[in-house]
Amino acid sequence: MTKTSVRNMVIGATVIVSVVFLYMTYLSYASLSERTNSEKISEEVAWGKRVWEKHACIDCHTLLGEGAYYAPELGNVIKRRGEAYVKIVLETAAVQGWGTTRKMPQFDLTEKDINGLMEFFKWMGEIDTNNWPPNIEG
Amino acid sequence: MKCQYESQRVAYPYFIAAMALFAAQVLFGLVVGIQYIWPDFLFPAIPFNIGRMIHINLLVVWLIFGFMGSAYYLLPEEVEGEIFSVKLALLHFWLFLIGGATAIVGYLFRWHDGREFLEQPTIIKVAIVVVVLMFIFNMFMTIMKGRRKTGISVVLFIGFLGLAVFYLFAFFKPDNMTLDKYFWWWVVHLWVEGVWELIMAALLSFLLVKITGIDREVAEKWLYAIVGLTFLTGIIGTGHHYYWIGTPAFWQTWGAWFSAIEVLPFAAMVAFSFSMVSKRARNHPNRAAVLWTVGAAVLSFLGAGVLGFMHTLPQINFYTHGTQMTASHGHLAFYGAYAVIVLAMASYAVPNIRGVMPTHQKAEIFAFWTMSISMVLIALSLTGAGIVQVYLQRILAIPYMETQSYITIFYAMRLFFGATFTIGLVVYLYDFFLPGKARAESPS
Ligand code: HEM
Ligand code: HEM
Ligand SMILES: [Fe+2]
Repeated sequence: MTKTSVRNMVIGATVIVSVVFLYMTYLSYASLSERTNSEKISEEVAWGKRVWEKHACIDCHTLLGEGAYYAPELGNVIKRRGEAYVKIVLETAAVQGWGTTRKMPQFDLTEKDINGLMEFFKWMGEIDTNNWPPNIEG
Repeated sequence: MKCQYESQRVAYPYFIAAMALFAAQVLFGLVVGIQYIWPDFLFPAIPFNIGRMIHINLLVVWLIFGFMGSAYYLLPEEVEGEIFSVKLALLHFWLFLIGGATAIVGYLFRWHDGREFLEQPTIIKVAIVVVVLMFIFNMFMTIMKGRRKTGISVVLFIGFLGLAVFYLFAFFKPDNMTLDKYFWWWVVHLWVEGVWELIMAALLSFLLVKITGIDREVAEKWLYAIVGLTFLTGIIGTGHHYYWIGTPAFWQTWGAWFSAIEVLPFAAMVAFSFSMVSKRARNHPNRAAVLWTVGAAVLSFLGAGVLGFMHTLPQINFYTHGTQMTASHGHLAFYGAYAVIVLAMASYAVPNIRGVMPTHQKAEIFAFWTMSISMVLIALSLTGAGIVQVYLQRILAIPYMETQSYITIFYAMRLFFGATFTIGLVVYLYDFFLPGKARAESPS
């Protein structure tokens, strides 16, 4: 094979896989509202996501298995712990942090922030994740 | 040995910055590694999330410094002409350094965004785009004005263009977390398993041509084949991140098949470097550079190819997703592929820029083995941690924090090998910053 024919095969293959990939991206996008209940993304959920980002929670925790591995999975935290418990964690974190060994820092969380995070976690918990995680412990 | 082109020297500050930031990266790695065992270390001044963000952002910044320095070094030799604008190269060097330093210091003061690896505040992101565009423009003009266009220079250019284009998805922050994650991977996955692989393959080809003296026609055919395998497998291979984040189940089939063969481009790089070195036309005096070059092919094959394959099938990833297994793979892949290829380029280019014979060969070879073996052992420690974690947490359903208390021993091992890694790094930096005084006898 000459260099040119190798090069042409490379270009051809790249174009084909890119088209397939873009089509699958379109299909994924089209399934979004059904699989993630996007119509339920309220002001509070959106605010909660922004609070989640403001404090870089992802750099200790995982969310649907992505992030850091220093602290528990939070995608299903409401189902695991119940609303009341999660709320206490956030309210305590806003005052003095949380945890005994590995500690969550104190974050300046307003009532609006805590409410947003709660709604955000509730919405996350309803996403169709193809039955991941294997059990409630995440 | 000397530089053939005066403007190649502009690569020098890039390599210096890369090495300094590399040292800082590992320092913060040690900080977060210590926190895994003694969580109160530096807490709450530097909480884990801030330390981790600095560790990884420094990694990415020093690698990009290294890539840019490598490009500025090799372009004139490739295209047979000087860099289009040395002034521009220096200007965006300082811009990048100031922007990067501002971001890192900002993190310590909680000035950050909140998506993993993309924590740069928006204005810093904009600065990064500006820097990369200046660089790409300079590269483009250099190639256009050069006497010839080589496969290596064009692949390198496409790699950087892709780096810039996919980084643009970092600006997209939709309210829907699934959508957010979907395109987040277009930065992260399509970088390391797409366009960065082109940069790596181009640098590898350049080094192999230089150190073996073999004709570039041979090397470039390999290079094109590697590029083809990368895109053929890596683009749809993105699907291995779409198994459990709210995206359709068809990704489990497509992601599995295509990502399973993502090992091919890495295997091809191993075959490429062994075949070139075994047929070499001469023995290059810079033995350390040869070692780093072949090392990049082998270690990336282990970290990305083998460890990546181990958890890429959905049947396995269902259990290992987001555990220490992931961290194990992340370390050996980033080190083996990208850190080592930059160190190989530095090892080859810097003595030439300084106009001295490569010195301290023994020290550098010691550094190669110490760092590389340490990193393999860090990855193995984390694999151990991952296996136990998966068994306790994912199979026996023991709560996360409780499982962690059973695997401290593996974190201690990781930290120990982190310390031996640091020894290798210190020796490397000694060789880099305080080279011996041997002058070049004959330019080549
Ligand atoms: C002295 C050695 C090092 C130590 C002790 C260390 C420690 C750590 C720790 C504790 C984390 C966070 C893991 C978590 O999220 O729970 C981390 C993440 C990471 N480190 Fe290191 N590190 C070291 C060197 C390196 C080097 C040399 C590289 C690359 C060349 C590297 C690349 C990474 C990457 C890519 C991640 C993110 C992994 C992921 O998200 O899965 N580290 N490191
Ligand atoms: C040099 C190339 C590569 C680098 C630098 C790299 C790096 C990484 C990093 C840092 C992560 C963690 C991302 C996060 O924090 O969520 C990751 C995840 C992953 N990588 Fe790679 N990778 C490379 C190549 C590969 C290859 C070739 C494969 C498979 C064939 C692979 C399979 C995976 C999988 C399946 C995950 C997800 C793990 C999980 O579910 O938690 N990687 N990679
Ligand atoms: Fe990937």
